[in-house]
Amino acid sequence: MEFIHDLQNYEFLQKAFLTSIMVGIICGVIGCFIVLRGLALMGDAISHAVLPGVAISYMLGISYFYGAVATGVLTALGIGVISQNSRVKSDSSIGIVFSAFFAAGIILITMARSATDLTQILFGNVLAVRASDMKLTLIIGSIVLLAVILFYKELLVSSFDETMAAAYGLKTRLIHYGLMVLLTLVTVASLQTVGVILVVSLLITPASTAYLLTNRLSTMIVLASFFGAISAGIGLYISFLFDWPSGPVIALATTALFILAFLFSPKQGIIFRKLRSSRKIADGV
Amino acid sequence: MSNQIEVSNLHVSYYGKQVLNDISFTFDSGKLIGILGPNGAGKSTLMKALLGLIPRDAGSISIEGKPIEASRKRIAYVPQRSNIDWDFPIIVRDAVMLGTYPKLGLFRRPKKEDKAFAMECLRKVGMESYAKSQIGELSGGQQQRVFLARALAQKAEYFFLDEPFVGIDVSSEEVIINILKDLRDAGKTVFVVHHDLAKVERYFDNLLLVNKELYGAGPVQHVFKPQLMQQAYKSPFAVIGDSLGVGI
Repeated sequence: MEFIHDLQNYEFLQKAFLTSIMVGIICGVIGCFIVLRGLALMGDAISHAVLPGVAISYMLGISYFYGAVATGVLTALGIGVISQNSRVKSDSSIGIVFSAFFAAGIILITMARSATDLTQILFGNVLAVRASDMKLTLIIGSIVLLAVILFYKELLVSSFDETMAAAYGLKTRLIHYGLMVLLTLVTVASLQTVGVILVVSLLITPASTAYLLTNRLSTMIVLASFFGAISAGIGLYISFLFDWPSGPVIALATTALFILAFLFSPKQGIIFRKLRSSRKIADGV
Repeated sequence: MSNQIEVSNLHVSYYGKQVLNDISFTFDSGKLIGILGPNGAGKSTLMKALLGLIPRDAGSISIEGKPIEASRKRIAYVPQRSNIDWDFPIIVRDAVMLGTYPKLGLFRRPKKEDKAFAMECLRKVGMESYAKSQIGELSGGQQQRVFLARALAQKAEYFFLDEPFVGIDVSSEEVIINILKDLRDAGKTVFVVHHDLAKVERYFDNLLLVNKELYGAGPVQHVFKPQLMQQAYKSPFAVIGDSLGVGI
């Protein structure tokens, strides 16, 4: 309960807490579409690919937001160009583009600043969140949530049956790149909390946990954002308690929730599935 | 002239390899048209090209004198079952409701009457008791009926179905073909990619016979003939009585 007390007294902790919760929510929301569209690797790629953008922003003395968004979007476009215009499959295109961006990013960061900054960007340092970072997260969060609410129908139909959506005239490619822009924004917002390397865990794992628990997209989104927020909150608490880096602790918190659902989900969990099938055998069905 | 679907000099290729070569045909609307051809003949590609979903090297497709792109809201497409992720978190009724989206447009949510209409379409295919099931819990035939219900919910004039009869039970097949015939009788145009030759004459009134090129387009009795089929399938066909045998 010391944590609650500290939370009331230290402003830096309040900022860290609120930012983590917001990041957990928006990662959960966007993560659902990433998971359902089979874009997990794409999420990993874009989060890594914002690194050179962050470095260039440092060099130019502008907010890391602009550079990160620019390289994130460039990566999505680059991957699309390679996979659509050659026989190289999409997972390989993703690997080619993001490793190049990430490598360039590490060199640029090394040129621009000292190694401590690199560690912070890679693994997150949520306790160093400034008021401006929190504001940025809030703005990004509002944009992401608003976009998903406004275009929910289009996101649903194009995720479920892209050909049917294209056949009735939806601009499915535009939706894909729009989603990549949102993904980039979410990554930028997550930089301080979980860091570049582990953003993917907050995107993929809470959404996958929710996926095991429901048959409806709307419920899945609500559950995923709830699991994201819980993981971020618990992760922050533990990382504060033991003075561990926040990113890895949050990542492991998402994993713990996933394991619970994987074992105990009423429909998809392996324990109930085993029970059901053994009961069927016992009944002689 | 106006009530027609017209394709002229359609060429399609993938990475430099010709898949469809110089396809031209015209059909009046209100027909039930089977697209026939051997495996790898480009039947699904032809359907996607007709829908303007894949780039064409040359050629034009028009519906009632207008380019296909201007008629999108009047078209319903049912994909091959294998192209769908059946684990997707969506229940049967909501999957059918997707059919109401084209006419809703941006920013408008489906309302009560859209839900009621989705249920009505489900009833037409005999699937209303499964409304709350997740789509992956259904059998292949039931899934195909749900997708037909979704197409009905689109209130389209032109229907395109890619291999709707593959891997489904007999009673689902009956339900589906009867609805397709009803649509035709109501003046709608229905294209069906199909490969079970045994039922061609019972199911369709017109045929498109393709194998990279067009081997025939028109009424079944003009196209479903041994010489033409042999040319398209590049293998001999047994002739039983006046009609074609199934043995390939």
